[in-house]
Amino acid sequence: MAANVLEVSHLHIWDSHTGRTIVPDSSFQVKEGGCLAIVGESGSGKSVTCRAVMRLNKNGVRHSGDVLFKGVNLGELPEKEMRKWRGKRLCMIMQNGMRAFDPSRVIGAQCRETLAQHYDWSRSDIEAAVIGAMERVMLKEPASIMNKHPHQLSGGMLQRVMIALAIALEPDLIIADEPTTALDAISQYEVVEQLLRLREDLGCSMIFVSHDLGVVRKVADEVMVMKDGEIVEKGTSEAIFSEARHPYTRYLVGSKQALSRHFNRIMGGEAVAHR
Amino acid sequence: MLIVDRVEKSYRKGGMFGREFQKVLHGISFECGQGECLGVIGESGSGKSTLGRLLLGIEKPDAGSVLFEGEKAGERRTRRGRISAVFQDYASSINPFYTVEKAMKEPLKLLGMSGRDIDVKIDVLLHQVGLDESYRSKYPHELSGGEAQRVCIARAVSTEPKLILLDEAVSSLDGSVQLQVLDLLKSLRQTYGMSYVFITHDLQAAAYICDRAIIMRDGRIEETTDIERLKDVQSDYARKLLSMII
Amino acid sequence: MNIFRNVWKDKLAFLSMSVVAAIVIVGLFAPVFAPHDPNEANMELRFASASWEYWLGNDHLGRCILSRIIYGIRPSVLWVFVALAASAAIGAAVGFLAGYFRGRTDAVLMRICDVMLSFPGYVMSLAVVGILGAGLDNILIAFVLMKWAWFARVIRTSVMQYAEADYVRFSRAIGTGHIAIMAKHVVPVSLPDIAVASSSAFGSMILQISGFSFLGLGIQAPHAEWGMMLNEAREVMFSRPGLMLAPGLAIVIVVSAVNFLSDALQTALDPKLMKSGKKRQEQAAAASARLEGREVA
Repeated sequence: MAANVLEVSHLHIWDSHTGRTIVPDSSFQVKEGGCLAIVGESGSGKSVTCRAVMRLNKNGVRHSGDVLFKGVNLGELPEKEMRKWRGKRLCMIMQNGMRAFDPSRVIGAQCRETLAQHYDWSRSDIEAAVIGAMERVMLKEPASIMNKHPHQLSGGMLQRVMIALAIALEPDLIIADEPTTALDAISQYEVVEQLLRLREDLGCSMIFVSHDLGVVRKVADEVMVMKDGEIVEKGTSEAIFSEARHPYTRYLVGSKQALSRHFNRIMGGEAVAHR
Repeated sequence: MLIVDRVEKSYRKGGMFGREFQKVLHGISFECGQGECLGVIGESGSGKSTLGRLLLGIEKPDAGSVLFEGEKAGERRTRRGRISAVFQDYASSINPFYTVEKAMKEPLKLLGMSGRDIDVKIDVLLHQVGLDESYRSKYPHELSGGEAQRVCIARAVSTEPKLILLDEAVSSLDGSVQLQVLDLLKSLRQTYGMSYVFITHDLQAAAYICDRAIIMRDGRIEETTDIERLKDVQSDYARKLLSMII
Repeated sequence: MNIFRNVWKDKLAFLSMSVVAAIVIVGLFAPVFAPHDPNEANMELRFASASWEYWLGNDHLGRCILSRIIYGIRPSVLWVFVALAASAAIGAAVGFLAGYFRGRTDAVLMRICDVMLSFPGYVMSLAVVGILGAGLDNILIAFVLMKWAWFARVIRTSVMQYAEADYVRFSRAIGTGHIAIMAKHVVPVSLPDIAVASSSAFGSMILQISGFSFLGLGIQAPHAEWGMMLNEAREVMFSRPGLMLAPGLAIVIVVSAVNFLSDALQTALDPKLMKSGKKRQEQAAAASARLEGREVA
C-alpha cells in the first residue's frame, strides 16, 4: 500500500472578519505518485482548501486542523521554513497565467528568480535548467520566450511556462488550481497532455482542482467532490464516473454527460479522444 | 437576414502613427437566416471576437459589408430593438452601480416602453430565465455566475430581438451551470423564434445548441458545416479540433 | 443614500466631513459668525493677546484675528473650491472625450495636455499673475489654466477603463447613442475617481493660494486671507510668534480634513460596498457570530 504524501485531517477554514465558515471539516489523503482531483462549482471551497495546505490564504482567512506532508505537520513549521518548502517540495500552478506573472518583467527574469530562491546554482546553470524544462513542455524557441513579457504570450503558453517551472523545481506534490479553465479548447488539450507527461516523467503526486469533469476524467486517479465547503463524496475515478452515490455527484456527472452524449450522437458514436 | 460579405479588418500595430497593419479578418463571408443558430468556432486569435464586434456594429469593417435585414449593421438605427448581445464576463456586463431592475429597464426604455409595461415585462422575463422577483433589487456583485448570466440573457431577450450574439456566453460558467444555461437558451429560442450567433471555442457546447457552424482560423473561414454533418468535415484543422475534444 | 451610510460608518471620514462642512458653512455665513469687522483697525489693541472680547487676540493693526480667519475662509477655501470645480469640469470634459472616443481625438487632445503639463506649475502661475496683475481673480484663473490638463489626464485613464467594460459594449450593441452612454454609464462610474482626484487637488490648491498670498501676489490688503495673514505675521515672527499660529493651524486643519475625506470617499464610493436590503441583515448576523477552534496560521 503506497504511503500518503499528503494527509489532511479535520481541516476547518473560516473568515475571521465575518466569522463565516468556509470549510467546516475536511479530511482527505493524496497517495504517493497519485493524482487527486478536487471537483466542485465556484464557491465550493476547492481553491481555499489548496491555499490552506500551502498556507497562502490572505490574512483574514484562518484554518485549523492537521496538514501532514510526508509526515511533517505543515501547520507547525515557522514561516521561514514553510517558504523553503513552498516551490521546492509543494508547487502550485495557478489558474490564470496572465495574472500569475509580473506584467512588468520578462519571463526569464521571473523564472530565474524562482529557481535562485531554491537552488544555489550559477546564473548560466539556472538558465540552462529553465530552457531544458521549457523544451520538455514543447515550448518552441525557449530563449526568445525568456525575453518576452507575459502579455506577449498566450494563456496556454503561460500555463506551460508554469509547468516548466514545476519540472525544474522537481517538487513532491504539485497543486494545479484550475489550470485549464481560462484556456480555449486546443490549449486545454495541450496543457492536459503536458500535465500527464509531467506526472510520468517526475513521478510526483498531484492535486488537480477543476470544475471541468472531462479534464478530470483524463487526469485523475481519485476524485473528491466538494459542495459549499463540504466533501460530499470521495472515490476512485472509475467509481465516481460510473456509479456515483451522492445525488450532487450524479448531477455533476450527468450534466457533463448530457453534453458529451449529444456530441457523440452527432458524431455517430465515433470515439472521442480518450487516454 | 444577416449577410456578411467579404469583410476585412485590420488593426494598426505600433500605436497611433505606426506603419504596420495586422490583418485580423480576411474576406469573411457567411449568412445567418431567420430563426437559425449559427456557431462561430475558433481558438483565441482566430478573429472571432473581432467578428463579433463587427456584427454588433461597434466597429466598422475596412472592406466588405455586414448587412442586417438589408441595412448596414454599423448604423445605430438598424440595430435598435433588433440586435442584442450576451458576453462572456458576466461580472462586467452589468453596470456595477445598477440594480438588476435598472439594468433590465435600459433596453426597454430605449424602445420607449411605458413604466407600467416595463415592470410587468421584467417580472415575466425573470421568471422565464428561472429567477424570481426578489432579484430585482440585487446588485451585480451579489449574484453568482449563473444568476448574473441569466440576468444578462433576460436583458438581451427583453426587446424580442431578431438576432442575439452570444460571445463565449457560457465559457466562464461551471460545467453544470453551462448545461442549464444552454438549455435555457434553447427554450428561449423556441419561445421567441430568434436567431443566435454563438461564438465559442468549445465545440461540444456549439454542437449542443447550434444548427450550423463556421470554423475559423487566423481570420479565415476554414469550413462551414451543418452540425448534423459535423463528423464529415473535410479540412485538416477541423478534424484536428474534433480530435482534441476532452 | 448608500454613499453617506458608508461614510458615516467610518469615524475618521465622518469627522473630516463634519470639519469640512462646518468650515464651509462658517465661511459662507461669515458675517453671522464673525464677532467683529475683519478690517476694523484699532491701534490701541496692537498685538493684544487673547481676551474675552477678541478670542484669538489682535494682529499688528489691531484687527480681530478670529474674524479675519473666518472671513479668510472665503478666499482661502471657498473660492479655491470654485476654481477647482471649474478646472475639474474642463478637465473632465476633455478627459471624457479623449477616453471614450480614443483614436485621433484622443491623440490630439492628449498632445495639447502634454504641452500644458510640460510647463512647471508654479512658474506658469507666476507668469500668468505677472501678466494679468496680482489679485484673487487672476490667481484663480492661473490655477484653472494650469490644473485642467492634469484632471484631463487622470480622468481619461479611468474613462478608458470604463469605456471598455461589457456593459458599455452592450449599450452600444443595442443602439444607444454615444451621449446617452456617456451620461448613463461612463459619467456615474467615473464620478468616484473624479471626486478622489478633486479632493486631493483641493488640498494642494489651498496651499498654493496661501503660498501666493504669502508672496504678496494673491489677495490684496486689507482683505483677510490666511496666506496673507501668515505673511504679515512673518515680519514679527520672533517677537510675536503666536500670530503665525492661527492661520497656520487653520490651513493645516483644512488640508488634513480634505485629505482624510478624500481617502474615505474612495472607499465609500466603491460599488462593491453597495448592498440590497437582505444582504445588510445577513452581514449584521455574521458580525455577531463567534470564532471557534484552535488557529494554525
